[in-house]
Amino acid sequence: MADFFNQFPPHRDESHSHDDHGHGHYDPGFWAKYIFSTDHKVIGIQYGITALCFLFFGLMLMLLMRWQIAHPGMPVPIFGHLLELIFQHPGMPNPAAGGVISPELYNSFGAMHGTIMVFLGIVPLAFAAFGNYVVPLMIGAPDMAFPRVNMASYQAYFLGGLVMTVSFFIPGGAAQAGWTSYSPLATSIPTHGQLFWIIGMILLITSSLLGAVNFIATIIQLRAPGMTWMRMPFFVWAQFVTAFLLLLAFPPLEAAAIMQLMDNVAHTSFFLPTGLAVGGKIAHVAGGGSPLLWQHLFWFLGHPEVYVLILPAMGIVCEILANNSRKPIWGYKSLVYSVLAIGFLSMIVWAHHMYMTGMGTVISTFFQATTMIISIPSVIILTCLFISLWGGSIRINTPMLFALAFLPMFGIGGLTGLPLGFNVSDVHLHDTYYVIAHFHYVVAPGTIFGLFAGVYYWFPKITGRRMNEFWGSVHFWCSLLFMNLVFMPMFAQGMAGMLRRMANGGANYSAAVNSHAGADVIGGLSDSIMALHTPILWAAVCLGIAQIPFIINFFWSISHGEKVGSDNPWQSTTLEWQTPTPPPHGNFEHFPVVYRGPYEYSVPGHMSDFTPQNEPEISTPAAPKIPTTAH
Amino acid sequence: MEIPYTVEARPDTGLYNAKVGIWLFLSSEVMLFGGLFSAYILLRVGAVPGTWPHGWQNLTLGTINTVVLALSAITTLMAWVACKVREFGKFKFFHACTLLLAVTFLCIKCEEYREHLNHYEIYMKDGTYADGDMVQNDAAQDYIVIDGRYTKNEMDLYDLRSQKVVEKELKIPRSQIQDMQSYGPWHNDYLALYFTLTGLHALHILCGSVVIGYLWGPGRKLWKTDPERFTNRVEVSGLFWHFVDLVWIFLFPVLYLT
Ligand code: HEM
Ligand SMILES: [Cu+2]
Repeated sequence: MADFFNQFPPHRDESHSHDDHGHGHYDPGFWAKYIFSTDHKVIGIQYGITALCFLFFGLMLMLLMRWQIAHPGMPVPIFGHLLELIFQHPGMPNPAAGGVISPELYNSFGAMHGTIMVFLGIVPLAFAAFGNYVVPLMIGAPDMAFPRVNMASYQAYFLGGLVMTVSFFIPGGAAQAGWTSYSPLATSIPTHGQLFWIIGMILLITSSLLGAVNFIATIIQLRAPGMTWMRMPFFVWAQFVTAFLLLLAFPPLEAAAIMQLMDNVAHTSFFLPTGLAVGGKIAHVAGGGSPLLWQHLFWFLGHPEVYVLILPAMGIVCEILANNSRKPIWGYKSLVYSVLAIGFLSMIVWAHHMYMTGMGTVISTFFQATTMIISIPSVIILTCLFISLWGGSIRINTPMLFALAFLPMFGIGGLTGLPLGFNVSDVHLHDTYYVIAHFHYVVAPGTIFGLFAGVYYWFPKITGRRMNEFWGSVHFWCSLLFMNLVFMPMFAQGMAGMLRRMANGGANYSAAVNSHAGADVIGGLSDSIMALHTPILWAAVCLGIAQIPFIINFFWSISHGEKVGSDNPWQSTTLEWQTPTPPPHGNFEHFPVVYRGPYEYSVPGHMSDFTPQNEPEISTPAAPKIPTTAH
Repeated sequence: MEIPYTVEARPDTGLYNAKVGIWLFLSSEVMLFGGLFSAYILLRVGAVPGTWPHGWQNLTLGTINTVVLALSAITTLMAWVACKVREFGKFKFFHACTLLLAVTFLCIKCEEYREHLNHYEIYMKDGTYADGDMVQNDAAQDYIVIDGRYTKNEMDLYDLRSQKVVEKELKIPRSQIQDMQSYGPWHNDYLALYFTLTGLHALHILCGSVVIGYLWGPGRKLWKTDPERFTNRVEVSGLFWHFVDLVWIFLFPVLYLT
C-alpha cells in the first residue's frame, strides 16, 4: 500500500508562498499530503473512502431495521448487546433494552439510514469522489479551478458526517423524523437529535455548494484547447448538470433548515400551525406557521436531489458502455440535450411528493403534467444507451456487468415511478412500500451499481492495478440476485397497502392480529403479504454478505492486484487514460490538445479500434473522414 | 502544469476563474434568500386577515441603514476603480470607508434588535393588553414599568400606520399580569421572518467585512507582488458586497415599508 500512497506529491500552490516562508525546503509530511491535500485526486479518494464507509454504515442500519420489521419485539441477534451498551445513558430508559429495538430507536435508524445513504453516501461518492478524480482528467485540466475551496468542501462534508454520527450517541439519540424531517413532527420530538441533524445538514449543504461552484467553474474554465462543449464525454455533462442542481436546489433547503433551527432554538413558528397539539396538549407556540412550507422547500431540493443521485451514475454507465461495446454512443447529442432538459425540469416537479397533503387539485394537476414530461428525457437516455449496444463487439468484464445491469434496474425504477406520478394512482400508493421499492430500484441496483461499475473501471487508473475479475463477478451476480429479492416483494407489499415507517412492519394492521383481537377489519394485510418480511430479511443479510468479496477485493487489489501493462488498460478514448498511471500532481505532462469527440471507437481506417481524443488528425488518403455522432 | 486563468481571462468566456466562481456562488445565494422570501410570501398570504403587522419598525433607523449601505456600495466600487488605475492610497481610503459604513450598519442593526427585544406585549388578567417599551422589570418589585399604552382590542396592536399611539409611563402590578412576551422572533411570524432574514443578512455583512478587512489589512501584501491578482480579489469581494446590498434593497420595503 505504501507505493499507492507515495504516488501523491504534496500539493504546492505557487501563488501562496506563505506556506514555505522561513524554512528553506517545504516538507509537508503525512498531514499535508493526505489529510489537508488540495490535489483533486487525493480529495476524490478521501471522498470515495469516507463515502464507502458511510454506505456500509447505512447498510448496517438497514439490516437492523429489517430484523425489527420481520421480528418485532425480539432481541437483535449478535448485535443486540452492543446496541444496549451503546445507547445506555444514566437516568434514561434504554431504547435498546434487552437488545430489542424500541420504536423510537427504529425511527432514528430509519431517519438516519435515509440521511446517511443520500447525503453522506451516494452524493459524496457519485458526485464528489468520481467527479473530483475524473472530471479534471477528462477535460484535460491540471486540477480543479479552486483547489483550496475543494479541500474546504471535503472538510465541511467530513464535519457534517461527524455531527450526524455523534448524534447517535447523545442522550435521546439521533433524529427520528425521517430523512425528510417533516415539521411539526421534527420540532415536537423532545430530544436533541433533530438539532444535530439540522447542523449536520447545514454543513453538508455548504460542502455541496462549494463543490458545485468548483465543478462548474472547472468545466467552464479549464477545458483543454479543442475540448469544445460537444466533445466533452457524457460523464462530464452529467456532472455539470448535477452541479447545477446542487447549486440551485440545495439553498432553499438550507433556508428551510435555518427556519427549522429557529423553530428549534428561538421558538419561532415557521412550520408550527396555530392550535398545534403535541402529546394531547396545546403547544405553547405563537402559531401561524405552515407545515406545507417545509414540505415545499424540502422537496424543492428533494426531487432535484434524486437526479443528483442518478445522473452521475448514468454518466459512468455511458462511459463504460461505449468503452466495452467498442462503438460510439448512439445519439450523443440526444443524451446531452436530455440531460439538460432533465436538469431544468427536475426543478418543477417537486410537489408530486405532496399529492396527499391537500395542497389542491389544480396544483396537483400541474405537477402531474411536469412529472410525466420529465420521464421523456429519462427514457431517451435509457434508449440511447440500449441502442448503443446494438452491433457492438461487446467485452464482458466486471464494470461492464454492473453497467449492463444498471439499464434494466433503472428501467424498473423509472417505470414504477409513473403510477406514483399520476395523482389518482398515487392516492393509493403514497407512503407505502411501493414507494420504497420504486426509489430503491433507482438508487440501489441503479445508482449503486453504476458506482460499483465506476469503482471497478477507474481502479486501474488510481492504483495501477486491476481488481480481481472473478471476485468482481461473484460480487456482481450475488448483488444482482439479492437486490431483486429484497426490493421486488416490496412492490407487492406496497400495493397491498403496507405503509412505510412502521416499527413493527405493519403487524398491527395484519389480518391475523386484527381477527385475533376480535376486530372485524376488512382489507388487513394478509398472511402471505406479512410473510414476505422473512425472505426479505434474509435476502438483505445475504446482500450484506455479498459486499464482503468487494471489500476484500478492493483492499487486496490496492497492493496485490494484477499490474496493468499500460496507462490505458481498457483501450479507452477519453483523456483520463492518456496520462501517466497514476496521474502525477498537475495530471498531464504537457497541456493536452483535443482533436476529436469522446467516443471514436472502431472508426474505419484507423489502425486501432479506438482513437484517443488527443490524437491529432492524420490525413491519409486511405482514411476518409467519417462523421461521428460526436460532431 | 499550473492551473490556467487564475488571473487573466479565458478568451472564450472572457472571465477569470474566481469571477465565474463568485457569480455561481451568488446564484446560489439568490436561491437561499429566494427560499426565505418565498416563506415570507406564503406566511403573509396565509396569515389571518388583519393580523399581519404594519409599522412595527423604526423607519428612521431603517432609512439611515439603507443610505449607509448605498454609500458603501459606492465606496466599494471606488476601491476597485482605484486598484484598476493602480492608486493604492485611494483604495485604502475607500475601503476604510466601506468598513466604517459596515460597522455603522451593524451597530444600528443591533440597536434595532435591542428595541424589539425590549418591547413587550402584556396580556392582563382582565383581558386588556398593555404594550410598550420596558422601563423597569426588577424581580424584587411586585410591579413593572413600561412606556406604552393599554388597549382592549388586540387588533390595535397589529397595524400602527394609521393610529396615533400615545405612550405613557404605566406601572403594572405583577399580580394582574397573565402573560407577557417580548417582541423577539418567538412573538409571531412577522418577527420570526424579520429576525431570520435580517439576521442572515447581517451575517453576510459580517462575512463581507471580514473579507474586505482582510484585503485591506494583512492581505494587502499581495498588492506589491501581483497587483492584477489583488485587483481581481477586490473585484470579487466587491461583487459579493453589492449582492448583499441588493438583498437589503429587497428587505427594506418588504419588512419596513409594507
Ligand atoms: C423517471 C421517472 C420518475 C417518476 C415519474 C418518479 C415519480 C415519483 C413520485 C411521484 C414519487 C412520490 C411518491 C409518493 O411519495 O407517493 C417518487 C418518490 C421517490 N422517487 Fe421517484 N420518480 C422517478 C424517478 C426517480 C429517480 C430517477 C429517482 C432517484 C434516483 C427517484 C427517487 C425517488 C425517491 C427517493 C422517492 C421517495 C422519497 C420519499 O418519500 O422518501 N425517482 N417518485
Ligand atoms: Cu420526485
